[in-house]
Amino acid sequence: MDTVQHKHPPYLLIWLYLALMTAAELALAFELPIARNLKLVLLLGLAVWKALLVAMFFMHLKFERWNLRILFIIPLPLAALFIFAAISQKFW
Amino acid sequence: MTHATTTASLMRPPFPAERGVDAHNLKLGMWVFLASEVMFFTALIGSYVILRFGAPGEWARPGTVLNVPVTAFNTFLLICSSVSMVKAFAAIADGNQKMLKVWLLLTIIGGAMFVGIQAYEYTHLVERGFLPSGVRDGSELAALVANGTLPQATMGLYGSTFYIMTGFHGFHVTCGVIAMTYLYFTKALRGKYTQQDYRGIETVGLYWHFVDLVWIILFTIVYLI
Repeated sequence: MDTVQHKHPPYLLIWLYLALMTAAELALAFELPIARNLKLVLLLGLAVWKALLVAMFFMHLKFERWNLRILFIIPLPLAALFIFAAISQKFW
Repeated sequence: MTHATTTASLMRPPFPAERGVDAHNLKLGMWVFLASEVMFFTALIGSYVILRFGAPGEWARPGTVLNVPVTAFNTFLLICSSVSMVKAFAAIADGNQKMLKVWLLLTIIGGAMFVGIQAYEYTHLVERGFLPSGVRDGSELAALVANGTLPQATMGLYGSTFYIMTGFHGFHVTCGVIAMTYLYFTKALRGKYTQQDYRGIETVGLYWHFVDLVWIILFTIVYLI
């Protein structure tokens, strides 16, 4: 490896984001008096946002080549399809 | 060099790389494994979703059965251990063996604490009468079912899905702790990781962050929704 000083992503800042978002999730789930469906969407949004931060910065997907990223991305639409099919079964 | 370029070059140490993906074979193997793990946990989560939303009645409200504050602390602990893992990776990528050992040890301790707290949570839940099959007769939770605070019809589904999802995740965390402990004693402590070769740390780190990522999703859908 070359000896150039490499910059790392701001890991501690991302940790702070994750901690704050976890606190926000708890407040949203138990403190804020908002509609249940809105709460559901916001909680899932926060969870996906946190998961993306972990994948992009801690797993370094943001800095990987697309060929490798695709390995991780391909199962996601399949997973979404699976869950959609499972839910839609209720309406058959 | 731009930030992205320097970081990208950091992610690609000069090991024999698989053509096309520009990643060494351990890393590529781990990514393929993680892709299969995505489908595994999707199967569990998908089953939970269909069972919950197709259930014949209400589901127990969050916080009525489960101890959310303790699990929230556990979630924070796992996030901290994910950060310490990536700091271990960054330390050895910079050639700092001393900090690699410190951060890796902190990660192992964080992971072990997570498993310990989950074991405590399970013990406490079983004591209160929450079993994979539902609610134990004569227990504290059975009284809540009797007075209508908890729904009778769905407690069996709730118990089985809860223990299966969190149990499999806990199993993954345990495997990660064992793997990191092995690497810590056989490699890191002996100075076998260098700035030129830290593939093991990178590979086990990917696994550990994935376990954290899965928990972030599970925490929301099991404990908060």
